[in-house]
Amino acid sequence: MADVLPTTRVDPFDPPPELFGTDQPLRPLAYPDGHEGWLVTSHTLAKAVLADPRFSSKLELRRTPVRRPSVEDFRVGEPAPPGFFIAMDPPDHTRLRRQLTGQFTVRRMNQLTPRIEQIVAEHLDAMEQAGPPVDLVQAFALPIPSLVICELLGVPYADREEFQHASAVLLGLDSSDEQAAVAMKSITGYLSGLVGRKRAEPEDDLLSGLAEAGELGDDELVGVALLLLVAGHETTANMLGLGTFALLRHPEQAEALRTGAVPIDNAVEELMRYLSVIQFGTTRTALEDIELGGRLVTKGQVLTLSLPAANRDPEKFGNPAELDLGGDAHGHLAFGHGVHQCLGQQLARIEMRVGYAALFERFPGLSLAVPPSEVPVRDDMAIYGVHRLPVSW
Amino acid sequence: MIEADRDVCIGAGMCALTAPAVFDQDDEDGRVLVLDDRPGASEADAVREAVELCPSGALTLRDT
Repeated sequence: MADVLPTTRVDPFDPPPELFGTDQPLRPLAYPDGHEGWLVTSHTLAKAVLADPRFSSKLELRRTPVRRPSVEDFRVGEPAPPGFFIAMDPPDHTRLRRQLTGQFTVRRMNQLTPRIEQIVAEHLDAMEQAGPPVDLVQAFALPIPSLVICELLGVPYADREEFQHASAVLLGLDSSDEQAAVAMKSITGYLSGLVGRKRAEPEDDLLSGLAEAGELGDDELVGVALLLLVAGHETTANMLGLGTFALLRHPEQAEALRTGAVPIDNAVEELMRYLSVIQFGTTRTALEDIELGGRLVTKGQVLTLSLPAANRDPEKFGNPAELDLGGDAHGHLAFGHGVHQCLGQQLARIEMRVGYAALFERFPGLSLAVPPSEVPVRDDMAIYGVHRLPVSW
Repeated sequence: MIEADRDVCIGAGMCALTAPAVFDQDDEDGRVLVLDDRPGASEADAVREAVELCPSGALTLRDT
C-alpha cells in the first residue's frame, strides 16, 4: 500500500520531513480518490517531467494529491474553463499564453519598478503612521501585489473584496464543494461584468488590450482574468509574508539583505528556493507508458512533483536546508519549469526585490511582536505562508 | 553559436534575465530575440546558464 502525500510540517519553514530521507526520487503515492500514482522528490526528475510534453497538464486528466490543492483543480474530471490555460496542453495553452507573454517581459516589468516602489513606500508610510504593532500581511504583504495586479489588469482595487474572499475560498483546503462553487460563481460573475465594461469602454490596461485585440472570446477573457488575478496576488503576497517571517528568524541574513552585503536579486531567488510556497507542488499526467527514473509510469497515472522537495535536493543545492541569501539558488523550481513556468515571474521578482529591500531599510529594527510559535501558518492552504504576521519596530 | 526556436519559446524571459547582453524579448509576444548569436567569452557562463534555465527548451548551443 503506497503512502499518502505528507503534509504535516514540524518547522514552519521546512517541508514535511517524510518528503526527505529516501533514496527513491520517484515513489508510489496514494491519492485521496483511490488512484495509485507517483510522488517525485528529486530536482532532476521534477525538472525532466515538467519539460516533457508526454506529461499533460489537462485538468480533465488530473487527480489531486490532497483534497483540493488549488483553484486549478476545481472541477477535476472536467476540462479547464475557457481561458484557464494553466490546466491545458499545447496548442490551446500556447495560443492563450502568447496573447499575454508580451505583457510580462523582463523589460516591461522593469518599467513598472518606479510605480511598485511608490506603492511600497505608501504602505510603509501607513505602517509608520499607525505605529507598532501591525499585521504585516494586511498592511504590506497582501495589498501590495493585489494593487499591482489590479492596476496592470485594469481591475478596480476598490472591488478587491469581490475577489480576495473568493480566491481565499477557492484556495482553502477546508472549503466545501458548495462554498467553492459559490465563490467561483461570484468571482466569474464579477469578472464577466468587468470584461463587458472593458469591451464597451477600453482603458489603458491589460484586459482592455486583450478585449481590443479581439483574439479571445468573452468566456476566455474571464478565465484569463481569473487566472491572472488569483495567481498574481496570492503567490507573491505569501512570499512577502512568509519571507519576512523567515528573515526575522534569521537576523544575520536580514542584516545582510538590509546592508546590501548580498545582492537583493540573489536573496529573492534563495527565499523562493528555501520557502517554495506552492507547498504540495504541481501534478502532471502520463499520456503514454513512460520509463522514468528506472520505474514504469503507465498511461493515465498522475505524478505529484514536490517543488519544496526538489528545491531542497542536496544533489542540486549545497546545504539545502539552510537559508543562505548569498548561496546559489539558480535553477530552483519555485516558478515551475517547462511551458507552464510562471507567466508573472518577472513581475513577482520585482515586487519581492522592492518589497523586502524597502521594508528592512525603513524598519531596520523590525521584529516579531509575538513568539514565533504563535504566528499562524497556512498549512491549510494550497499556497503556503502566514495568515498573520504581527510585527514591531 | 546560439540557436533559438521561436516556435517552442513560451516567453518566460529567463534568458533575457540571465544574459541580457545576448538575449532580449519581442515586445509584441515576449518571445526570444537573440541579440548576438556568437557572443564573446565574457558571456559564456551567462549564456550556458540561460540555456540550462530556459523552461521550454527553445535554446541550443552549437560548437562552431
